[in-house]
Amino acid sequence: MSAIVEEPVEATPKLPPSRKVPHLEALESEGIHIMREVAAEFERPVLLFSGGKDSAVMLHLARKAFAPAPVPFPLMHVDTGHNFPEVIAYRDALVERLGLRLVVASVQSYIDSGKLRERADGTRNPLQTVPLLDAITVNKFDAVFGGGRRDEEKARAKERIVSLRDEFGQWDPRRQRPELWNLYNGRHKPGEHVRVFPLSNWTELDVWEYVEREGVELPAIYFSHPREVFKRNGMWLTPGEWGGPKGGEVVERKVVRYRTVGDMSCTGAVESIASSIGDVIAEIAVTTITERGATRADDKLSEAAMEDRKREGYF
Amino acid sequence: MTSAVDFESAAARLDRDVELLRFATAGSVDDGKSTLVGRLLHDSKSVLADTLEAVERASRDRGAEGVELALLTDGLRAEREQGITIDVAYRYFTTPRRKFILADTPGHVQYTRNMVTGASTAELVVLLVDARKGVVEQTRRHLAVAALLGVRHLVLAVNKMDLVDFSESAYRAIADDFAAAAEALGISDHVVIPVSASLGDNVVDASSNTPWYDGPTLLDHLETVPVGVDAVTQAARFPVQYVVRAADYRGYAGQLASGVIERDDEVVIMPAGLRTRIVAIDTFDGEVDIAHAPQSVTLRLADEFDVGRGDLIVHPRQEPRVAREFDATVCQLSERCLRAGDRVLIKHTTRVVKGVVDSITHRLDIETLDRAAADALALNEIGGVSLRVAAPLAVDDYATDRLTGSFLVIDEHDGQTLAAGLVGDPLAAGRPQ
Repeated sequence: MSAIVEEPVEATPKLPPSRKVPHLEALESEGIHIMREVAAEFERPVLLFSGGKDSAVMLHLARKAFAPAPVPFPLMHVDTGHNFPEVIAYRDALVERLGLRLVVASVQSYIDSGKLRERADGTRNPLQTVPLLDAITVNKFDAVFGGGRRDEEKARAKERIVSLRDEFGQWDPRRQRPELWNLYNGRHKPGEHVRVFPLSNWTELDVWEYVEREGVELPAIYFSHPREVFKRNGMWLTPGEWGGPKGGEVVERKVVRYRTVGDMSCTGAVESIASSIGDVIAEIAVTTITERGATRADDKLSEAAMEDRKREGYF
Repeated sequence: MTSAVDFESAAARLDRDVELLRFATAGSVDDGKSTLVGRLLHDSKSVLADTLEAVERASRDRGAEGVELALLTDGLRAEREQGITIDVAYRYFTTPRRKFILADTPGHVQYTRNMVTGASTAELVVLLVDARKGVVEQTRRHLAVAALLGVRHLVLAVNKMDLVDFSESAYRAIADDFAAAAEALGISDHVVIPVSASLGDNVVDASSNTPWYDGPTLLDHLETVPVGVDAVTQAARFPVQYVVRAADYRGYAGQLASGVIERDDEVVIMPAGLRTRIVAIDTFDGEVDIAHAPQSVTLRLADEFDVGRGDLIVHPRQEPRVAREFDATVCQLSERCLRAGDRVLIKHTTRVVKGVVDSITHRLDIETLDRAAADALALNEIGGVSLRVAAPLAVDDYATDRLTGSFLVIDEHDGQTLAAGLVGDPLAAGRPQ
């Protein structure tokens, strides 16, 4: 060591401070990176916005990605017609406040015109695929952001971040492109499009922790409130014109909240007194049932229900 | 879900600021990888009741005694019908100490393609062997792929220890074999753990059947292995993704691939070599003084140069190489062969350029690491190529920087991803001299 002291030493530049990047920041940075890649490489992206927490987080990432410029793409809501009024009010207020453009693809108008027929079980989730694909075609959208997460379901666990759909909107799990590092290959033929999932690597708990950290605004139905509900297939559903309750189903008043936001006919409430984001996070951390298992009737149709819907072009 | 949640005690158990570890698993057929992953998820209490019920039901349908944990990682119906695993599945679990993203790569069909994909974002790889068989050909291949892809930490899980009566000598022999193979590839951080995935020994809970083993359990190791590289020790690399324009505003948006950038730093715009200075680091939440990889930020520069997507912002005296021709190692991911003379697209960071494969320099035997002359690289083969590109690229060797040293080879006509590319010769770079 003494030799070093005697020789003239070039002043070593002071190193900047080290910092460990916590997981939410790593996930946020990844999501922002994905959104900027898509905005740069595609002509006409669109962000699917249901008013649910995942789409609210996606929109928040989009605002962060392009600030101080506005979000450079419109939102699209595939409206089943069985909406929670609180969610539609939230959607419209947010769109207005942020000065965004909203495209609505309406399942109801397809049913009214006879292009789609109501299912016997009354659920409209599977009916969303046709209006979604038509809206993509008519608006020439070439990249469609969705809030799907890989932790939700096993078909989603194998989904790419940038996922190619053929001209019929179909997903072929065997023809997926390998996805390496942070390099996304979104090249597609005319008529094809990609689905993009910036929250692929997020879990339900990550989403809620992020909502808390960022103060992301959500519809009130995510937090506990008294509600008239009735039980069907083990789930608490909200009565409405969509078709419930039917004979033998008894309406009760319960204190509930929603863990997901979707079509009223197949989205169940959970009994909960979690009235703040902190309560919700604590509740999810100790929950024993998955988000879809607790609240989605359509995924109970069969073991491969999501896989089948995805193949046909569903979100 | 009931409402009987004690919010305060549940909240107290959560550490909101944990680190994220991305890792991958790989093993040969019948090594029990699905069972190991299932065990890890189950014993770390990451499996919720409805999922477990479905697995219990499926186990009974198959006439199994107890729960077949492998079914927790069961895939798509398309796979069950054909008895195959299509490709990498991603799984997520959390312990009080860390969040984990697991890339679960199937062992048989297209193992190289899948493992290259899974390992490309992994900091750690768990390889599996059967204690009765030890290190086999495929273990050596997986090890070589992990070394090639720059995975820093390796774990060998010696599974089915119960079937060799938890024999220390069986474990030692495998551990010695593995250490020799890993060190030949320049991987110094490796741990060999004796486990029984089906019984749970040393996966999450330490086993009383292996008193001679004083190392960590698999989960202990995953929770404590260092995550990431300290950004301050790396050269800064900021690929420009997108130019943000607003009234009186022009900023360059991107994600720091490596290193640290501070306000007032002198910088160079590559590949043009223009010198300027960072006047601000913007985020949605306001200006910051410093950004560390992998943060996404927007930079404002002192001079109004023509900077755009595909440019790379770096510090002076730390510039990457600017090349129109370079050698690289590629892993062929497509059923189409790669040949000399092929015209392709090269996607490197945020830049896509036309390129041509000048020559295939060799094919690598990833079991023996021997190199042989070749004129084409077929699916799952790894080899060397010389590439020529239509516009200069600012590249680092993959061994130096994973993100500015990697690229995709894309078919110009149908857009398919043909190959994964790594600048330079990462295996030679990593090997002890």
